[in-house]
Amino acid sequence: MRSLPVFVTLGLFIIMFGIGSVAFPGFFAVQNFLNLFIDNSYLLILAVGMTFVIISGGIDLSVGSVLALSGMVTASLLEKVHMSPVLVIPIVLIMGTALGLFMGYLIQSFDLPPFIVTLAGLYLARGLCYIVSLFTIAVRNPFFVKTAHAQIFVLGSNFLSPGAIVAIVVVLAAFFVSRYTKFGRTVFAIGGSETSAVLMGLPVARTKIGIYALSGFCSALGGIVFTLYTLSGYGLNGSGMELDTIATVVIGGTLLTGGAGNILGTVLGVFVYGTIQTLIVFQGTLNSWWTRIAIGFLVFVFCVLQRAFETRRSVAVSGSELKKASGAQPAA
Amino acid sequence: MIGWKSLSRSNIVWSLVALAALLVFNLFFTPNFMHVEIREGHLYGNLIDILKNGAPIMLLAIGMTLVIATKGIDISVGSLVAVSAGAVAILIGGDLAGHPRYPILVAMLGALLVCGVAGMWNGMLVSRIGMQPIIATLILFVAGRGIAMLFTNSMQIWLYAKPFAILGQGYVVGLPFDIYIVAFILLMTYLVTRRTAVGMFIEAVGINPTAARFSGINSRNIIFWVYTFSGLCAGIAGLIVCSTVMNADGNNAGRLFELDAILAVVLGGTSLNGGKFYLLGSLIGALIIQTLTVTIYAFGVPADVAPVVKALVVWAFCLLQSPKFRLMIARAFVRKGVSA
Repeated sequence: MRSLPVFVTLGLFIIMFGIGSVAFPGFFAVQNFLNLFIDNSYLLILAVGMTFVIISGGIDLSVGSVLALSGMVTASLLEKVHMSPVLVIPIVLIMGTALGLFMGYLIQSFDLPPFIVTLAGLYLARGLCYIVSLFTIAVRNPFFVKTAHAQIFVLGSNFLSPGAIVAIVVVLAAFFVSRYTKFGRTVFAIGGSETSAVLMGLPVARTKIGIYALSGFCSALGGIVFTLYTLSGYGLNGSGMELDTIATVVIGGTLLTGGAGNILGTVLGVFVYGTIQTLIVFQGTLNSWWTRIAIGFLVFVFCVLQRAFETRRSVAVSGSELKKASGAQPAA
Repeated sequence: MIGWKSLSRSNIVWSLVALAALLVFNLFFTPNFMHVEIREGHLYGNLIDILKNGAPIMLLAIGMTLVIATKGIDISVGSLVAVSAGAVAILIGGDLAGHPRYPILVAMLGALLVCGVAGMWNGMLVSRIGMQPIIATLILFVAGRGIAMLFTNSMQIWLYAKPFAILGQGYVVGLPFDIYIVAFILLMTYLVTRRTAVGMFIEAVGINPTAARFSGINSRNIIFWVYTFSGLCAGIAGLIVCSTVMNADGNNAGRLFELDAILAVVLGGTSLNGGKFYLLGSLIGALIIQTLTVTIYAFGVPADVAPVVKALVVWAFCLLQSPKFRLMIARAFVRKGVSA
């Protein structure tokens, strides 16, 4: 019952991939499936962070700009300061995490709305990009160039990029954390009811700040992967990506009201998003703007589904509670 | 008599203080800031520019205020600005000789109709289907730019029909024309919300929709019309934006406007938790944003870096409004007093 939305997304993904396979020769290939990981690696990483935030009932609008900022800092440290990637990568990850941590602190400690705080974070990171540089910085660092062109073969002659591998590792780690750790379960508890979570003695404050720090970390990591993907840093990268990210999380079946969601669903959401883009590329004549319209439409469909689902669930819950109450009476 | 205590608690005073502080700062540090002169019968100067360039955000902020008062949010307005600009551009057509395809008034009404319908769509999703406002409007936020690009066939359309330029570039009695539009919409909104019970209904819905429904208010209709109104405001803002540059750019028209509009409302003292709303406050908020932008530019900061300052101001302002933060500061002072 709980994982039904995920199955709906899975069904949608299979249907869309099926349509592509029937309509276009060459669409149905293992490599084309692996390309979903390669071309959406950064989106996948952002979406994983966002899933935690949304499950907790919050929202993080800063992810797209933090991705851009991380890319800019990576590129400029590599190319202008000539720092070693061994130093650059941790510095950027710490920077992203610190920004997330700070926003989480504001949200948790002063009861500020996540929407506004992370909105300001969006502005801040976007502006900082241009303080780093007003222009595109091309990355020529040998390590980055080599990694960007590396192909890791899986299943015969099909390959994944290092960025895709990073994304897969992040997904697996996040799946583990969300299911089997205290942090993960506290996130669900906060989303279900923050007051109850506090009353249960869960470390709500620490976890809430941690969630935004995690999202900041994911954004920074996404930025590094994005830099690998494009081999450049540019201040306009990832504009609007925060909403694409939210859209994929919603399509993946995570409830926007918090309390329920699934990392694997988010992965499927990203797949659906990527498949729409691939379909439009294969089709060839359709305007690429149809991607946005299709995504908008899918968000609509999934929200309506969620609503129908919530109503059913709340009816079921109140029904079972009634039963429990009536069953308890004779015993008392 | 209003005491200092109640004054310092009212948020609109704080936004006025912020605006005044910005203006005073500029008076000292930006040369010729307060200078207003008459050139060719029009008023010119930084102050007039702030009013003029702030017009689209002010319009969006008026619509957004009512939406936020119902505990909602409308993030589709920026995209709707692009939709409106695209629609009016395609209806007027890029004829080099300046002959509009359809009469200009018809074209403008057409664009407003499109945005009104878009607003109704938002309103329907929120009030009838019961979606969360941020997600309901996310749909048009994402799809809106796509629709705008489809209208204009992914091209920027340049307009040459002279009369259309009046909207964004014309002057009446020395003042820019778009200021009158803002004033008119503000007056109408004020009359409808404050001289009738509508404003109270909107606040009631924002404070407690269930209680509002039990007291006989049709919450769903109120919410529906509030989003429709916000869509219309975005439509008008789109017309002004398009007319100012005589160009429709589906990609960039109204980019990040939704954020500025929300910011203006918050700066104006309306809480994101719904309830009491302050139309005039939102307008002051929009002016703060515009003044801040001008100030940043006056200091030679590149336009792209300006958001950094905006972000810091937002955080500072949010903190000042947070009861927890005020308590913390108060405690710090008390502790100092005790130890001294």
